[in-house]
Amino acid sequence: MRLYGHRVTWPAALGMVIIAVNLMGAIGAPWLAPFDQAEVVCEAWDDPSAAHWLGCDNLGRDLLSRLLFGARMSIGLSLLITTLSFSIGIVAGFTAAIAKGWVDTALSRAVDLMLAMPSLIFAFVVLSVLGTDIPVLVVTLACLDSTRVFRLSRALAMNIVALEYVEVARLRGEGLWWIITREVLPAARAPLIAEYGLRFSFAFLFVAALSFLGLGIQPPDADWGSMVRDYRDMINLGVSAPFWPAGAIAVLTIGVNFVVDWLLAIQSRGHGENA
Amino acid sequence: MLRMIGLRLALGVMTLLGASMLIFAGTEILPGDLASALLQNNATAENLATMREQLGLDRPAAVRYAQWFGGALQGDLGRSLATERSVARDIAPRLGNTVFLAVYAAGIAVPLSIVLGLMAAVWQGSVFDRMVNTVTLMTISVPEYLIGYLLMKYISVELGWLPTLANVTEQTGLGERLYLTLLPMLTLVLVVIAHMMRMTRASVLAIMASPYIEMAFLKGIPKWIVVVRHAFPNALAPVISVVALNLAYLVVGVVVVEAVFVYPGLGQLMVDAVSKHDVPVVQACGLIFSSAFIVLNMLADIAAILANPRLRHPR
Repeated sequence: MRLYGHRVTWPAALGMVIIAVNLMGAIGAPWLAPFDQAEVVCEAWDDPSAAHWLGCDNLGRDLLSRLLFGARMSIGLSLLITTLSFSIGIVAGFTAAIAKGWVDTALSRAVDLMLAMPSLIFAFVVLSVLGTDIPVLVVTLACLDSTRVFRLSRALAMNIVALEYVEVARLRGEGLWWIITREVLPAARAPLIAEYGLRFSFAFLFVAALSFLGLGIQPPDADWGSMVRDYRDMINLGVSAPFWPAGAIAVLTIGVNFVVDWLLAIQSRGHGENA
Repeated sequence: MLRMIGLRLALGVMTLLGASMLIFAGTEILPGDLASALLQNNATAENLATMREQLGLDRPAAVRYAQWFGGALQGDLGRSLATERSVARDIAPRLGNTVFLAVYAAGIAVPLSIVLGLMAAVWQGSVFDRMVNTVTLMTISVPEYLIGYLLMKYISVELGWLPTLANVTEQTGLGERLYLTLLPMLTLVLVVIAHMMRMTRASVLAIMASPYIEMAFLKGIPKWIVVVRHAFPNALAPVISVVALNLAYLVVGVVVVEAVFVYPGLGQLMVDAVSKHDVPVVQACGLIFSSAFIVLNMLADIAAILANPRLRHPR
């Protein structure tokens, strides 16, 4: 199989299928899910049956429905965070590379400092004051994550800005925004797309970990991290409920990593018929 | 070389100072200060003013930062808002527990991953190499809690070999402590071993491609000795920095693993404090975690400088 002239390896194909299935589940949750995420439809911890394929959870809610709605929350939130972090990171990174001088130094030093601290710990500090509303969560994690995007996009833009056509645009008197979006961004697209996948899986694991610790998405909204947290006590009784959301997190992360590996391999080999 | 180490030390101290400022700024200068966060719905203008005064928020931020950081350097981390007890006293035993778990895991993970990495490099392309590679690739992508719960389900619930929870107290003896924390330790080892092992393998293989290794082979030296005596010393610098990076990761990964096994460590304390908006405790824990992270990163760079013979003589 080929995609845009590149041979698709089997891990990459598997990764794409995993991502597609997850996205379909996330987008189609209200139609696919047999019950509502907060609806109590059976006894607590009912075994899987024809009506409830994965059984029921601690409050008698349908596990499959919660898993589907959880996909919506977990994946949607991570996409939002990654997109925001990319917008901030790319604009800041490109600006630093184009402006050079003190703008570059100030931004780079600030980012170095942020990267010198574990981001989970820094997120804790901010969330302890601001609480864990979803908008706060999104903005905090996006800002933390944008530091890594900044590093990459600055490094990419440094090479591109040195090229003649960017110099021409500058001499033509184009503004900063034009140079960022029309001159630098198209040339840096390929590595940034691979990075987007990588950052997505990072944000996804990060949100899940926060929710697992009880500091992320709050009930009654379903999301995979807090589902693991809610069901964890059942491990001792041999109920496998916590493994569904935890497994879903792992499978999606592995799928995204497969695709990212493939994208990176394509870039390092370059283009052409054999690529 | 001394000058390089000195520079790196100075940079480390600067970073520590900067990090402490960030931690302080993160809780103090954000919109919606501590007083309104604490009062939530009861926040009238009057209440807010009293609360701010009680917390000392009416003084300028720079003064409060100097007091906080100065106190922290002398071991005074302030008082908890929730329990009103000294933060330092609450933290001390938990810090001990966390350090114990991290050192325990590191003691197993570091030698194991280096040996596995060397073995994978020696038998490059073999079944063993591919198996170790696949397994470690999986453990990189899988969240810590899934590994923890899988181990818990199969090793302690189904086989009944180990306790599910790591309930250690201050009275627990060393032997029992090692036994109780075996499962959390295993989880952490599985999480960090992948990176270290793959990096050891990759850096040894990179060296193996150089001409002097070919020369050693042509002299008829056995493969095992070539790897350990000729290739490994040169691969040491990248390996050391990866080991230290992963130890730094261990410091943070411990937070999630502690939650899985309900282990009374610093991470659990910090998570509790975050949900209770207990800012002094969060700041103190954040400062400790960040310092450990920064110091380990600094040690990694210094060790890399020491491991590189080309840097030992001033030019």
